[in-house]
Amino acid sequence: MSDTHAESIPFVRETTLPQAAPPTAERGVYKWGRENLFATPANALLTLVSIYVIYVVLSAILPWVLNGVWNAGSLSECREILAGTRGGCFAVLVDRWEQLFFGFKYPSDQLWRPTLTLVLFFFAVAPVLFFDLPRKLLAFTAVFPFLAYWLIWGGPILVPIVALVGVGAGYVVYSRLVAQSFAGGFFGGIAAAAVVWFLGGYLVDATTGPSSLLDAVPSRDLGGYMLNFMLGVTCVSLSVPIGIALALGRQSSMPLIKWLSVIFIEFIRGVPLITLLFVASVMLAYFFPPNSTVDLFLRVVIMITMFSSAYIAEVIRGGLAALPKGQYEAADSLGLDYAQSMRLIILPQALKISIPGIVNIAVGLFKDTTLVSVISMFDLVGMIRGPILASTDWNGVYWELLGFAALLFFVVCYGISQYSQWLERRLATDHR
Amino acid sequence: MTTLTDPAKGAFRPSMLLYDTRYRSLTLQAIAAIVLALCLMYLYSNLADNLRAAGLNISFGFLADTAGYDINQTLIDYNSQSSNLRAAVVGILNTLLVAFLACVTATIFGVLAGVLRLSPNWLVRKLMAFYVEIFRNIPVLIWIIIIFTIMTAVLPAPSAFRGDDPDSSMLFNLAAFTNRGIYIPGPYFTRGFGLEGNGGLNWILVIAVLIGSLIGTRAVTASANAKQEATGVRPKTLWINLAIWFVPIIVVLFALGLQWDIPALRGFNFGGGIQIGGPLIALWFALSIYTGAFIAENVRAGILSVSKGQTEAAAALGLRPRRVMSLVVLPQALRVIVPPLISQYLNITKNSSLAIAVGYADITATLGGITLNQTGRAIECVLLLMLFYLIISLLISAFMNVYNNSMKLKER
Amino acid sequence: MTEAVKTPAQMAVSDEVAISIQNMNKWFGSFHVLRDIDLTVNRGERIVICGPSGSGKSTLIRCINALEEHQKGSIEVDGTLLSSDLKNIDKIRSEVGMCFQHFNLFPHLTILENCTLAPIWVRKTPKKEAVETAMHFLEKVKIPDQADKYPGQLSGGQQQRVAIARSLCMRPRIMLFDEPTSALDPEMIKEVLDTMIELAEEGMTMLCVTHEMGFARQVANRVIFMDQGQIVEQNEPEEFFNNPQSPRTQLFLSQILGH
Repeated sequence: MSDTHAESIPFVRETTLPQAAPPTAERGVYKWGRENLFATPANALLTLVSIYVIYVVLSAILPWVLNGVWNAGSLSECREILAGTRGGCFAVLVDRWEQLFFGFKYPSDQLWRPTLTLVLFFFAVAPVLFFDLPRKLLAFTAVFPFLAYWLIWGGPILVPIVALVGVGAGYVVYSRLVAQSFAGGFFGGIAAAAVVWFLGGYLVDATTGPSSLLDAVPSRDLGGYMLNFMLGVTCVSLSVPIGIALALGRQSSMPLIKWLSVIFIEFIRGVPLITLLFVASVMLAYFFPPNSTVDLFLRVVIMITMFSSAYIAEVIRGGLAALPKGQYEAADSLGLDYAQSMRLIILPQALKISIPGIVNIAVGLFKDTTLVSVISMFDLVGMIRGPILASTDWNGVYWELLGFAALLFFVVCYGISQYSQWLERRLATDHR
Repeated sequence: MTTLTDPAKGAFRPSMLLYDTRYRSLTLQAIAAIVLALCLMYLYSNLADNLRAAGLNISFGFLADTAGYDINQTLIDYNSQSSNLRAAVVGILNTLLVAFLACVTATIFGVLAGVLRLSPNWLVRKLMAFYVEIFRNIPVLIWIIIIFTIMTAVLPAPSAFRGDDPDSSMLFNLAAFTNRGIYIPGPYFTRGFGLEGNGGLNWILVIAVLIGSLIGTRAVTASANAKQEATGVRPKTLWINLAIWFVPIIVVLFALGLQWDIPALRGFNFGGGIQIGGPLIALWFALSIYTGAFIAENVRAGILSVSKGQTEAAAALGLRPRRVMSLVVLPQALRVIVPPLISQYLNITKNSSLAIAVGYADITATLGGITLNQTGRAIECVLLLMLFYLIISLLISAFMNVYNNSMKLKER
Repeated sequence: MTEAVKTPAQMAVSDEVAISIQNMNKWFGSFHVLRDIDLTVNRGERIVICGPSGSGKSTLIRCINALEEHQKGSIEVDGTLLSSDLKNIDKIRSEVGMCFQHFNLFPHLTILENCTLAPIWVRKTPKKEAVETAMHFLEKVKIPDQADKYPGQLSGGQQQRVAIARSLCMRPRIMLFDEPTSALDPEMIKEVLDTMIELAEEGMTMLCVTHEMGFARQVANRVIFMDQGQIVEQNEPEEFFNNPQSPRTQLFLSQILGH
C-alpha cells in the first residue's frame, strides 16, 4: 500500500481509487446523534435538560388543548362539562368570534364586507410582494384602496369614485409633464387632482341621498383584529412614500431640508409610540380648524404613519448608502437631473435592497397596533380586556383568549418574516 | 454639482434663481422655509382658536399643585399630598428602575439564547430558535398582559397562606409569591451609622467597599498583565480575585450586624421584607424575555459575522479555543453586537411606557395618565412626557456614537 | 534574487522525517474527499501541491495542523502523532505555521499585535522579546514601517507578507501555504513569492498549495499532482513539467500552461 515514501519518487498512480463509504462510526443516525446530541458529557446533559423542558411544556399544554370544551354558553357551563378535569374553555372563541375579529359594533349582517375586503387585499398585495407576477395586476392594486374604503365604511359610492378619478387625473397630468420636468409633473398632477376633488365635492353634495348601496358604518364601530389589520396596512402603505421623501431629504445637500428631516426622524424615533398615540387621542384635535371633527381613527392613522415613516426613512437611507458611489456619478455623467437620477437610477435599486428592512418595520408596526387599546380603542387586545373579559359569561377565561390573540399575531408576523427572509435570499442571488 | 463661474457677471435675470446652480439651492430652501412657516402659523392659529374656545391656556403651574393620588410603588418619599412634579419624578425613577432591571436580564437571556442557538446540540438549537420566533412574533403588550395575568390570576392571595394547614406555603419560608406581588427578605443593619434613617450611611459604606474590591481586582489584573509582559507567564488570578471580592464585604456586613427582615403574614397581608409589585414583575419579566429574543438574534449574527478564517488562523497559531474566543472572536463580534444591543436598550426604555397597561406607576402612567386626566393639561403633559423620552434617547444615541467612533476598524 | 538563486537540488534536504502521512482518509458527509493518502516529507523539503479545484489539496494540508479532522489513517508531525488529544494538537500547531488564501489577519489588532499575539499567549514569551521577534520578521518581509497600522490599511500583498511574518514569529519548523497568492493582484504576487523563496533558501520545510508553476520550478524539490482526493503523480519539478506520465496530469498542465 504505502509505496510512496520520499525516496520512491517519482510516483505515478495507474489506477483510480473508487469512492468508498465512510466507516460506520462516521455515518447515518449514529454519527448524527453523536455529533448533534451527545458530543460531550456537557452536551449530553444539555440534551437531557432540553428533553425535560419539552416534556414539561407539552404535558402542561397538550391535555389542556385536547381536553378543551368548544361548545358552551359561559365559563360556568364549561366548568360543569369539564367536571374538574383540566381543559381549556375554547367555547369563548366560538361564542365571541365576531367580536374578536370585527369588534362589537360592526353590524353583524354586514360582516361579509370586511371579509371580502380581506380576500381582495390578498389579490392587491400579491403583485407588490412577488415580482414574478404580471405587472398589469398592479392596476387592481391601485384601485384597491378606494374599493376597500367603500366596502368597509360604505356610504355614497360617489365619494371613492371622485377620489379615484381625482387621482387618475393627477396621474395623467403627471405622466404628460414628467418628461419635461419632474417638478412640473408633480405639482401639475396635484393641481389636477385638487381640481377634480373640488368639483367632485359639489357633485357628491348635490346627489347625497338615502339611496346608498352600502350602509355607512362610522369609524368608531370598527374593532377587533380587523382594526389591527387596517391600521397596519394603511399606515405602512402611507408611510413608504413619506419615508422615501424623508430619506432623500436627509441626504440632501440643502441644509434646511436636511436638518428638518433629521429633526423629524430623530424626534419620532426618540419617543415611544404610546406618547404619539396620546397626542392622537388628547392633543391633535387642538391643531385642526375649530369645529371640524376628525375622528379618532384618522388621528391615530396620522400619528402611526408619522411614526413608521421615520423608521422606514432610516431603512431606505441604509439602502441609499449601500449603493456604490459610481451609480450616482454615472447618473450625473449621463446628464440626468436630480429627480431623474433618483427616479430612474437610484431609488429603484435602493428600494429593492430596502424591502426586507421595510417588511421588518411592517411586522413591528403591526405588533405595535395593539397599543391602541391603551387609548381605549377596541382592537383585538382591547376587545379581550374590555367587553369580553368584563362580561359575566366569560369573566376569567384568560388563557384561551390571550393564547388565541397570540396565535393570530404569530401566524401573520411569522408568515411575513418568512417572506422577508425568502426575499433576502432571492435578492442576494439576483445579479444586481 | 460643481459651481461654474458664469462669464456674464452682473447680468442677473430672475430665471437664474431656479436655473443657476449658484442660486437654485437657496431659492428652493427659501420656498421650503416659507411653506413651513405658513404651515406652522396655520397650526398655531388653530391651536390658539381652539384653546380660546375651550377657555384654556398653556401653563405649567399645575406641576406645583397637589397631586392627590397615591402610588403603590415608589423609590422616594411620596404621598397623595405631594405635588404633581414629585409624582412625575417618582414616575421617572420607576421608569429608570424597570428599564435598568429589564436591560440587565434581557442581556442575560439574549446572550444565553444567542450562544445556545449556535450550540452543536441540535435539540438545544431548535429549542432556542423556537423561543426566539415565539417571542419576536407576538406583540410585547400581549406578553405583558399574559405575565401580569399569571401574577394576578394564578398566584394565590395572601389569605391562602393563613391557617394551620394553608393552601399555599412560602418558598423555603423566605419568599412568598402572592397575587399582590412577590415578597423577599430585605436586609437591614443593627449596628453602624445612621440607623435612625434607613441606614443610608451604612449602605454608602457597603458600596464603598464594593468599589474598593473592584479597584483591587483591577490592580490584580494589571499586575498579572505586567508579569506576563515581563516574563511571559501569566499568574493565576481567579482565587485572589474571588478573595478580594468576598472577604472584605463579608467582614463589613458582619461588623455592621446585617440582619434579614423576612416577610411574614400579618393580618390580611404580608409585612416586612421587600415587596416587588405584580405590575413591576410583569413588566420587567415580559420586557426582558421579549427583548431577549431580539438580543439573541444580534448576538448570533455578531458571532457569525466573524469569519471562519479568523477562528482557523487563530487555531493554526496554536491558540486554545478559550483564548481564540476571548482574544480574536469576541473583540470582533462585540463591534457587531454592541450597537444593536444599545438600540435594544433604547427599545426597552421606550417599551417600558406600556406600564400603563398593567398599572405600574412609571412616567407615562403618572404624568401622562393620572395627572393628565385630573388636571386636563393634555398638551403640557404630553410635551413633558415626550421631552423626557427624547432626552433619554439622545443620551443613549450620543453614547452609541462615541462607542462606534472609538471602535471603528481602520481601513484604507 | 536572480544571481543568488540556488537550484532546488542545491538546497539541503536531510533524512530526518518531518511529516509522515499514512493511508489517510477523510469524508465530508458521505463525500470521500481524501482517499488513501500516503506522503512522507523530509526536513528541508519544499513540496508544491497542485491539481484542479475540489481535488482535496487544501483539505490535505489543513488536516496536517488539525484544522480538519481526518477519519482514517495516521498523520505524524515531527514525531508527534495527531490524535484527538488536545496536547498533541497544541504541540503540532505551535510547530507548524500556516498562511491562508485570504490572509485571515485579525482586523481589530495592529500588525505588530497580530504578530505578537500567539508568541505571548501560546509560547508565553515576555512582551518585549515578542516585539523584538516580531520586528525582526517584519523587517524580513520588508514592512517594519507598517507595524502600527491595522490590516485594513495595507495592500493585499503586504497583508499576505504580514501573515507570513505572523506565522514565522512562532518559529515554526514547517510552513503550510494554502494558495497564498491566488487572492492577489499580479504585481503583488511577486513580492509574496520573493518572501517565500527567501524562506525556502533558509531551509524551511514547506508544503505549498499553489498554481505558480514558476515558483514550483524554481524552489520545489517535489511536485505533487492531486485529483479526486488522490495523489495521482509526484516527481521532481523538471521531470514533472517536461514529461508528465499520467494523462490527467498532462491534461491539467496543458490547461494551466496553455495560455
